[in-house]
Amino acid sequence: MAHTTEAARTAEPPPGPDRHPKPGGRGVRPAPVPLTRRITRSLPPYALIAPAVVVLGVVLLWPMLQMVWNSLHSYTIRHLMPAGPDPEWNDFAHYRTLLTDPYFWSVLGKTVLVCVTMVVCTIVLGTLVGLLLNRLPKAFSTFVAVGTMLAWATPAISASLVFRWLFFPERGFANHVLDALPDLLVGSGWLRYNWFLDEGPLFTLLVLVVVWQGFPFVAMTVLAGLKSIPYELYEAARMDGASAWRSFWAVTVPILRPLFALIVVLQIIWDLRVFTQLYILTGSSFANPDAYLLSYYVYQQGFNASPANFGLGSAIAVVMTVLVLGITVYYLRVMIRQGETR
Amino acid sequence: MSATTATRPAARRTDPLLRARRIAGRTGLYAAGLAVFAFSVFPVYWMIATAFKPGGELFAREPTLLPRNPTLDNFDQVVNGNVIPGVDFWQFLVNSLTVTLGSVAVGAVLALLAAIAVARFRFRLRTTLIVTLMVVQMVPVEALIISIFINFRQIQEGTGVELLGTLTGLVLAYSAVSLPITIMMLRGFVAAVPKELEEAAAIDGAGHWTVFWRILMPLVAPGLVAASIFAFITAWNEFIIALTFLGRSSETYTLPLTLSYYFGRYGTDWGSIMAASSLLTVPVMIFFLFVQRRMVSGLTMGAVKG
Repeated sequence: MAHTTEAARTAEPPPGPDRHPKPGGRGVRPAPVPLTRRITRSLPPYALIAPAVVVLGVVLLWPMLQMVWNSLHSYTIRHLMPAGPDPEWNDFAHYRTLLTDPYFWSVLGKTVLVCVTMVVCTIVLGTLVGLLLNRLPKAFSTFVAVGTMLAWATPAISASLVFRWLFFPERGFANHVLDALPDLLVGSGWLRYNWFLDEGPLFTLLVLVVVWQGFPFVAMTVLAGLKSIPYELYEAARMDGASAWRSFWAVTVPILRPLFALIVVLQIIWDLRVFTQLYILTGSSFANPDAYLLSYYVYQQGFNASPANFGLGSAIAVVMTVLVLGITVYYLRVMIRQGETR
Repeated sequence: MSATTATRPAARRTDPLLRARRIAGRTGLYAAGLAVFAFSVFPVYWMIATAFKPGGELFAREPTLLPRNPTLDNFDQVVNGNVIPGVDFWQFLVNSLTVTLGSVAVGAVLALLAAIAVARFRFRLRTTLIVTLMVVQMVPVEALIISIFINFRQIQEGTGVELLGTLTGLVLAYSAVSLPITIMMLRGFVAAVPKELEEAAAIDGAGHWTVFWRILMPLVAPGLVAASIFAFITAWNEFIIALTFLGRSSETYTLPLTLSYYFGRYGTDWGSIMAASSLLTVPVMIFFLFVQRRMVSGLTMGAVKG
């Protein structure tokens, strides 16, 4: 779609007398331009993107390729030492290790389960709040929206610390409240309950922190989407005798469907990478192997295991990336359909 | 939906049963709104309230909702208490500000240039570039962290530029992390500037620079502000890269890393930990409230158009 001549024609108008008039139609071919001028004319866009591409290349693109390369080699801290040997090709040994390791499969399974729970809770709660904000009178709606934004704005590390404090055995406010509630409803012994030992309660808190921080984005996005729906559509639905419930499913849902596709994809990608929250909730410790999720496992292999195993860590990272890329392909299809790549 | 009450026939308004139901419904809505507000705000409130509580109150058997004897001791402990021996607290604040503002400045220039290229030119590899940006935006830094670390180490050994254990490496990394999103955000703003405006200026004899500064910049400025604040928040909150890069060079720690270090060392001194958390949280909160509307439209790009 992008030819050099076309680039020259639609480029920013160069000052000077030799400017072509705006091309009338596709059939009008410009007079042949000398090669050197064609090159200098097509240069500006490349010069403009070059710095960004260099920075992205150094920090993100090249490491992406390196990650795959690392995962195919024996690569430990020994190989990183100044006098150490070069990493050796190991014939997919890391992948064979991982795929036959029940522990890796359990971490993968937990990651998917925790991620799905987070995404579902965030989107359900966020959508309900979005619908609520749309129904509330303007001033009160703004008041609630600003409140939810405080949760959104809290840095992940502060949020995780607060929740660790809220659920701290014996002194946490949430433990006190749960203890004070009737035993019939919630059982007893909450005051001394330690949320941070077993994976079940730990991941419950993790989901809670992530949902707490994540639902405002969904709510605001859904609210923006609802506001963009012309009121006439609801009016027409009412004229046709549709109930509120019916017009929700027949008008709101279909219009917001592309928006939801996008929200789901973004949430999956954000929730799959959760690291900081887990790092704080576990008390910055890697001692409990039951509490690992994929991102935690990658970091532990690279920077906490002794010896650090960059090769195996990269292989886990590749699995994680493949999960994300599967979702990204879907995201790209949505974006291309909406013409964002044009 | 919200306007239905206004257009309802007057006859219905007098029906007592319907009216009771409407009042009940509205009360329910308000109650739900208050519940959402409390759920969102309470942890933030609890962080700040704890920060002002003296030690005795934190150890009390019954927690107090409001600090009974508010004190600044916890903040004093954080700021003057030598969190990491030999390093002043203000040093961490300066580190965080340096890294954040540095990466925002670098990122803003790079993103603006790239956005102009993508929005104003059609060139070979343009679609490739856009798709690459979208893919890069999706790949988690947490997965790349090992390779980024090794790559920076190799660059450091090859060129002698200190990238690990220094703020330079963090500025470079943070500039890159927000770039894909900020380029896509700014692209929309640049594309929205009518081309005719630039052409008119060019016909009047304005050069590239004049067109850029006098026409494009004023119109793109709001977008640039939004993208910069987005990058600011990302860099200010960033944790895993700082954790990996800075390691034991405690004099270069950013605030999130200091907070985590503090937590690791004084794990149960919740008054100080919450005071430190508040110091990290409040600036970003103010920024956030300022920019949130644009962040939604930036992140979801065209999807809200309907």
